[in-house]
Amino acid sequence: MNTAKSLKAACGGLLLVSLSLFAGCAAPAERQTITVKGSDTMVLLGQRWAEVYMKEHPDAVIQVTGGGSGTGIAALINGTTDICESSRPMSEDEKTKVQDQRKAVATEIPVALDALAVYLNKENPVQQLTMEQARKIFQAEITNWKDVGGPDASIVLYGRENNSGTYVYFKEHVLANGDFAEKYQPMAGTAAVINAVTKDPLGIGYGGIGYASEVKTISMAKDASSPAIEPKMENVLDNSYPLSRSLFWYTAGEPSGAIKQFADWVLSPEGQKVVTEVGYYPLRSTAQTTKTP
Amino acid sequence: MKPLGNRDFDSRRTGSSADEAVPPVRKRHSAPGNLKWRRLLDRIAEKTIFSFAMAAIAIIVLIFVYVGREALPLLWENSEGATVAATFSPPFTWQPVSGVPKYNVLPLLLGTFKVTLIAMLIATPLALAAALFTAEFAPPAAREWIKPAIELLAGIPSVVIGFFVLIVLASWLQAVFGFDFRLNALTAGIGLGLAVIPIIYTISEDALTAVPRSYREASLALGASKTQTAVQVVFPAAMPGIAAALVLGFGRAIGETMIVLLVSGNAATFSLSLADPVRTMSATVASELGEVVFGSGHYRILFFIGTLLFLITSVLNWLGDRFNRNLRARLFGSA
Repeated sequence: MNTAKSLKAACGGLLLVSLSLFAGCAAPAERQTITVKGSDTMVLLGQRWAEVYMKEHPDAVIQVTGGGSGTGIAALINGTTDICESSRPMSEDEKTKVQDQRKAVATEIPVALDALAVYLNKENPVQQLTMEQARKIFQAEITNWKDVGGPDASIVLYGRENNSGTYVYFKEHVLANGDFAEKYQPMAGTAAVINAVTKDPLGIGYGGIGYASEVKTISMAKDASSPAIEPKMENVLDNSYPLSRSLFWYTAGEPSGAIKQFADWVLSPEGQKVVTEVGYYPLRSTAQTTKTP
Repeated sequence: MKPLGNRDFDSRRTGSSADEAVPPVRKRHSAPGNLKWRRLLDRIAEKTIFSFAMAAIAIIVLIFVYVGREALPLLWENSEGATVAATFSPPFTWQPVSGVPKYNVLPLLLGTFKVTLIAMLIATPLALAAALFTAEFAPPAAREWIKPAIELLAGIPSVVIGFFVLIVLASWLQAVFGFDFRLNALTAGIGLGLAVIPIIYTISEDALTAVPRSYREASLALGASKTQTAVQVVFPAAMPGIAAALVLGFGRAIGETMIVLLVSGNAATFSLSLADPVRTMSATVASELGEVVFGSGHYRILFFIGTLLFLITSVLNWLGDRFNRNLRARLFGSA
């Protein structure tokens, strides 16, 4: 008798607990989760934005993952992400695919500026390269550091995998769409490139300026007759650094609701302040507005 | 085998200790009808287990069908120059993202086999010597801990092995041999070797201990030394099992992904040098499939590589099984 009673009580209790659990689960489900996916160059930036934004807007839930610009664009096409981060502009082909699959126009929002930096090991005495030299190095036409003013030792190439927007950008702008050398070693992410170049005194790599600690970023010259320009904020803002580029967000259709709020905040002076903190450069318009008092 | 609790309780209450002689209460219930019920239960259990086994086989077949199906359109489609012929015709380069994509898989095949062979060359002598030692020479007390210790190596996640090689071993090897490339075929081969050692060791050790005692006794009685017995009698007798160990180890090495992804340098070189970086088939699929556009030529080629890998490892596993059967047939006269 007693056991039956306590069993009933236990069941009732369990029911209550599960009900409250269910209710507890249901509540946050009403809050919209925003997923952000794509560029590894931008993943740090995206995470930092999400952190600061969620602190100010406790009802917002934002998930940020990397994987490469290509991965993000594929996710936007397949509808598995709300916002796609990309370190390269979307191709026409990809935009058509978004239109076909999502029945919406891909909307491009430039969110920050970046200097695509060429990394060298800190022990390497080389201070600058021309774009032509960089192309020859990454296509194995120059294979010894002495040809560009360094020690008599062979050059070891590191870079990103072909799912990376940075890879595509570098290929388009430095290699003039040519192929990388056979012995070019692709790494899984910018952090891995930095790690490789830090460990290898003869290594050369490339990636976003935001990652460039522990390695040397060199000055780049458009051609042999023009001056070498450092990857610095002012040189990126006035576009004199040859590898200045925009970092983008893409959405399927015009952003609306919580996504629009988040995007507007990112473009606001507050969001652009985060850009500087992470090591990238704010958009020209906001850079000017923040300068004016 | 304690009788049921019910009886235990009864005996305690009556204080009788001679209950061992009393036949178990349960026996009285085993009427003929009960037997029928039990047979039915048996059949149900048997069918259930059979269907689970079939499900496992069905899953393997389905994996092959689905992986193969994604690659199949290569036979008649030609999107962005991706055809089966393109995977084997010159130029011998793997540049799938390019103005003119180049899908030749030979650099990847060569890289895969190069790394796997290095791994086998490193792992085989170590693993076989260790197996021979534990099976034939080690005192039983030592065998108790040596075997589990080596088998523990198999339990280390491959990403941990890869990380260790990437951070520690690669720098050390570069300092010793003066490689141009810190990550190359040799570092990847050594990392893979670490993963393969426990597999070759366990299977070959089992094969050695399966050799009947009478073989050793006969050999020792004829005046052979312990070493002669081990090397000239036991080892040859266990040969098919050892072949199985090598084949299965090879299969494991060829499909291993994480270690090579981390430490091979991932450059698709078409060279035989051990000091050059390599890109293996498994690492290519792992790093490129995440980004590739669904249904594109590049996508299909990656599935084609997956199908190739599947076929290679299946054949190797089948061979390993054959060898193991041979061993049993040879030692015990039946397969």
